[in-house]
Amino acid sequence: MLQISLNIALMIMSLSVAVCFVRVIKGPTMSDRVVALDTIGITMIGIIGIIMIIQNTLAYAEVILVIAVLAFIGTIALAKFIEGGVVFDRDHN
Amino acid sequence: MIEIIISILVLLGGFLSLLGSIGIIRFPDVYARLHAATKSATLSVVCIMLAVFVHFQYVEGLFSGKILLTIIFVFLTAPVAGFIISSSAYNSGIKLWEHSVQDDLKIAMEKSKKAKGKGRKARS
Repeated sequence: MLQISLNIALMIMSLSVAVCFVRVIKGPTMSDRVVALDTIGITMIGIIGIIMIIQNTLAYAEVILVIAVLAFIGTIALAKFIEGGVVFDRDHN
Repeated sequence: MIEIIISILVLLGGFLSLLGSIGIIRFPDVYARLHAATKSATLSVVCIMLAVFVHFQYVEGLFSGKILLTIIFVFLTAPVAGFIISSSAYNSGIKLWEHSVQDDLKIAMEKSKKAKGKGRKARS
């Protein structure tokens, strides 16, 4: 029973990634694409969590942490880039 | 018993994730899409990671602190990322949906711009 529900959840989450990818392709503004990419990154964490239960190993825990940090940093950098055109400010005047 | 709890948590996580992506593709503007994306995706990841933690704690007998750390990290950073995307979208001039009835930030920004202009005039 656990295997069946894990497989169902894996299929639902891959469908959800596909639906988000439609928004990444046709989003009218750049902010829509950033929102959808952030959601794809967060869904990827869930997919790797389910794969951890299926394969019965703890080896992917670091992978999950690194994906979470990279999704957050990438979202913040893209938001700053949309707002001002630069990611790092060189002068503070 | 443990299997039933893990199954319910995993299925709830998958369902919430699908609900969030349907919200992303159906809602009319960036701010509403952000609302759908941030909340449901965060709750789905928290449910699935809780299921992973319960599985390894009670079936395998292994305590994993990294999974708890992931839950706390996602729970803290998803609202921050949503707030920063929405503020950058507002500052870069993306319009609200045409049926929106209230825009509080516009009033506040006009007031702050007026105060800044007055301050600059007084300084010069």
